[in-house]
Amino acid sequence: MNTKFIFPEIILALSLLFGLSQSGQAKLNVVATTPDFGAIAREIGNDLVQVNVLAKPTEDPHFVDPKPSYIVKLSKADILIEGGAELEMGWLPPLIDGARNSKIELGKPGRILCAEGLALLEVPTTLDRSKGDIHALGNPHFMTDPMNARHAAERICDAFSTLDQEHSAVYRQRLDAFNERLDEKLAAWKKQLEPFQGKRLVAYHNSWPYFANRFGVRIDLFLEPKPGIPPTPAHLAEVVTTMKRENIGVIIIEPYQNRKTAETVSEKTNATILEFTQYPGGVKGTEVGYIELIDYLVNTLDTALSKEKSAEEHKP
Amino acid sequence: MIPALWAVCSCFAAGEEATTNTLEELKQLHLRMDALEKKVAEDKQSAPVMTLGRAGSAYMNVSFDVLFNAGWSSTPDAKEIEPGCHDPAQRGFSIRNAELALDGAVDPYFKAFADVVFMTDFEDTTELELEEAYALSSSLPYGLQVKPGRFFVEFGRQNTQHPHAWDFVDQPLVLNRMFGEDGLRQNGMRLSWLVPTPNYTEIMLGMFNGQGGDAYSFRYLGEDDEEGVRRMYGHATTSRAIKGMGDFLYVPRIASSFDLTDVQTLVLGASAAVGPNDTGNEARTLIYGLDTFWKWKSSHAEGGWPFVTWQTEILARDFEAGVDEAAGLPSETLHDWGLYSQVQWGFIRCWTTGLRGEYVTGNKSASEEANEERATTTRVSPNVTWYPSEFSKIRLQYNHDWREYAQNADAVWLQLEFMLGAHAAHKF
Repeated sequence: MNTKFIFPEIILALSLLFGLSQSGQAKLNVVATTPDFGAIAREIGNDLVQVNVLAKPTEDPHFVDPKPSYIVKLSKADILIEGGAELEMGWLPPLIDGARNSKIELGKPGRILCAEGLALLEVPTTLDRSKGDIHALGNPHFMTDPMNARHAAERICDAFSTLDQEHSAVYRQRLDAFNERLDEKLAAWKKQLEPFQGKRLVAYHNSWPYFANRFGVRIDLFLEPKPGIPPTPAHLAEVVTTMKRENIGVIIIEPYQNRKTAETVSEKTNATILEFTQYPGGVKGTEVGYIELIDYLVNTLDTALSKEKSAEEHKP
Repeated sequence: MIPALWAVCSCFAAGEEATTNTLEELKQLHLRMDALEKKVAEDKQSAPVMTLGRAGSAYMNVSFDVLFNAGWSSTPDAKEIEPGCHDPAQRGFSIRNAELALDGAVDPYFKAFADVVFMTDFEDTTELELEEAYALSSSLPYGLQVKPGRFFVEFGRQNTQHPHAWDFVDQPLVLNRMFGEDGLRQNGMRLSWLVPTPNYTEIMLGMFNGQGGDAYSFRYLGEDDEEGVRRMYGHATTSRAIKGMGDFLYVPRIASSFDLTDVQTLVLGASAAVGPNDTGNEARTLIYGLDTFWKWKSSHAEGGWPFVTWQTEILARDFEAGVDEAAGLPSETLHDWGLYSQVQWGFIRCWTTGLRGEYVTGNKSASEEANEERATTTRVSPNVTWYPSEFSKIRLQYNHDWREYAQNADAVWLQLEFMLGAHAAHKF
């Protein structure tokens, strides 16, 4: 008699323990490798999806620890959104092996490679590591160009619609709204940075070619002597010389990069250090979403370059 | 192009009625293509169009990783204090681990990994071993995964790691004592279950032949003595064939992980290995162990720095040695235990410093030989490592050993690692 009584409770307890109680759970479970994809997934999916992001917005996306808890997240995912341009190659593969989730296998609708179909910049003609950590598929920091974010949003919307057909119209609607907002903003951003066409800036790492291309600035002088190789005094001296010669007044750094190095250079050149980030949440004021992130970047850059310009104009 | 072709083909298959639809579809496609072309033209990007999978695209990753050692030990024979197969093996220079690693997807069902290791010995001849060659299922349901082949058995933490992933230049003494010079590495298979709990928990069960030098505490005949009799800890051995399921080596393991904070992760594991040994018909060995790994990594880490890791493994073994009447040895149980605990501090980008403490000991045996082989040893090893990039490192390590039956010993090793090619990413 007693056993009869207890049995359902045991089942309930076990199912709670193992998280098997799925009642009323219709949300798509989405995992994004980096916060930029996460932000766009939230934009398109909103209340219909549950988004988990693996990399922190403040850490170096090339070197994320493949923590076991990420395996659990991936094992439960309906959709995995990744760049697909080798940025995550140092940490994503063992997580996927561990997760054993057939929904997110390559080629399945649950696996989104945002770079697929994009023209990546700086695709090397030869692979040679003496040139530093060059990605074979091209520069993987493609999301700093809003047009590429548009492409990613479309891919994300397609996957959501395929896997949750019931709400495909809603996803499409949100995509259209996002695109519309983005297009409007893009025109405004371009106008805002129009006065600084061709302006050269320094960055710590080569993360910004897409941003530079889109907005007509040059970001091709780096504190790192080669991608992924820490700055050396000799190289920094060269950078300082170039900056003085060409009158370059802005250094871009990201949250995880060594600020002290940038400060050393700034002391010698009077350059302004700009805190940039590729990821929503990487710098205060960028938490809300992708459009807000680019807004922050454009505004910060505009302010710094305007200041520089007016200082130059007021020079005796 | 392909969707268009497909559309045309399906049009023929479906007959007249579908034609109008298909034409409409084609028209739509045309419009979309025009729109796309316009968009591409608008994007003034000069780079060639990437086709995903061009370079990540080789059917497998191929890497060649070399550990080159230089150094000096106070014992003329360095092997005496560095018994591990891939440890720096002699005064002067040595290459004890040059591994060719291959990995990739076999088909939609399996991934595979193979590792061939080259080592040079004292006579400068090159030894070759198939260190690992295994497949990993990629599409089993219910969180299950099988791993058939030859591989480092999942017992504890360091046993599954290749030497280039170690934090120190040499194998911990306790792993050497329990698993022999090259770790516990066997032909067999392992089933694993990713338990659907909120935190990470994985339960594994391995089944192996448990035979040979890489199953040192199990069906291993040991070394020849002067008369050519093979012995383990003084007890003569005879080769035992597998007669039933009980003669295999079984290795269960459970591992769990907890994210203590956003920047701290803890992994706990418990493992056991049980199987017969060659010192008697009924003789069996049981090894059991606990392992912990804790890591802190800055939320603003660059290139993975700064970080602190702390790794500890404790193992114990009951080795039942069968009676050896000829040698006058009774049946006895040799009990050994040991531990190592190591801290690595990545204090500034590309630099780490570490400290390891180790202790191994065993009970007294009837055999003097066994007592010497299982002597109590304490070791302390500080080291410092510079990583010029992800693909190379230079490590300087000092070892001091307090030894029960011999003079205390010192050793200093300098190790250079260099890697060519693309290597599979390491686990946490």
